[in-house]
Amino acid sequence: MKQPALPRVLAALALVTAAGAAFAQSAGSVQSLRGADVDETVTVNPIFHQDEQRFDRAYRQQPPLIPHTIDKYQIDLKANECLGCHEWANAPARGAPTLSMTHYVDRDGVQSETVSAGRWFCNQCHVPQVDAPELVENTFKAFGQ
Amino acid sequence: MSDTYKSEQRPGLFRRIWRFIATPSGVFSLGFLLIAGFVAGIMFWGGFHTALEMTNTETFCISCHEMEDNVYAEYQGSVHQNNGSGVRATCPDCHVPKDWGPKIVRKIKASKELYGHFVTKSIWTPEKFEEMRIDLAAHEWERMKSTDSRECRNCHNFEFMDFTVQESRAATSHQQALDEGKTCIDCHQGIAHDLPAGYLERYQQVVEKLANE
Repeated sequence: MKQPALPRVLAALALVTAAGAAFAQSAGSVQSLRGADVDETVTVNPIFHQDEQRFDRAYRQQPPLIPHTIDKYQIDLKANECLGCHEWANAPARGAPTLSMTHYVDRDGVQSETVSAGRWFCNQCHVPQVDAPELVENTFKAFGQ
Repeated sequence: MSDTYKSEQRPGLFRRIWRFIATPSGVFSLGFLLIAGFVAGIMFWGGFHTALEMTNTETFCISCHEMEDNVYAEYQGSVHQNNGSGVRATCPDCHVPKDWGPKIVRKIKASKELYGHFVTKSIWTPEKFEEMRIDLAAHEWERMKSTDSRECRNCHNFEFMDFTVQESRAATSHQQALDEGKTCIDCHQGIAHDLPAGYLERYQQVVEKLANE
């Protein structure tokens, strides 16, 4: 007795599918590469960015904060790239604030055309800020707060 | 009679070479000579090009200690070596023109660097390099300024620069530079290598020198 081919093929296919499903069930749930379920929100570590607004002084003698990135700026015995814009002679053309005139007076009170050696390393006092939370608790209150 | 007299004398070297070149071949067919010449031409050009490109790699540049210990060391961590997108600009991308003509001119000029390395040893030690640095830098500034920073503009172009995604300070300066017809190197000196003392004054001298030419 000869049966038609199609039902036999379909029956075989159903058997294989059922077996496969059973095997997958026994192997446990699907493992995700990111280590969390697919419907779970995963937060990445935030990247903090440079604050770019002009900063108010928090107290009268505060050295003004830097409102731009200074990552690749060379400040060493040979060159000071900050002065490329902030030196009094370059500032008007570059639209940058000029150094305070106190920075042209050396420790003996002698005024000169070029920045005083004691003021050469800008980032000893002037620093940029990022929008990151404080690493340690800080109870400092700025002037006027 | 004068012909016989001439043939008895051995002609000079250049005359003999010229005769060898000018005499038609009696052995090879024209087709063979044509095809052989064609194949030899491809081989020669391929070889020339491969050799040229071999000298146009970072590996080749830093095979001299002067480059590896000074400028290559300083370039580490600079934005053209290490950045968010992982795209790098290596030595020849900035220091060798891409177009064939200017590239060959630069390559010929660079033979002076070989002379400096092998013969005069002008930048053999870090101290010597430091002494020469401002002159070396001025050469590059002059080259950049005179070609409107051609090598920078292989990748960077004002027309495709979105000022709105730039830091406000950068956007303002770039707009100003565009309006005033400035070129990259006018502001961006020392982006990949250390700057020498008095670099701004020296750059002004370079600009004035080019303006007077």
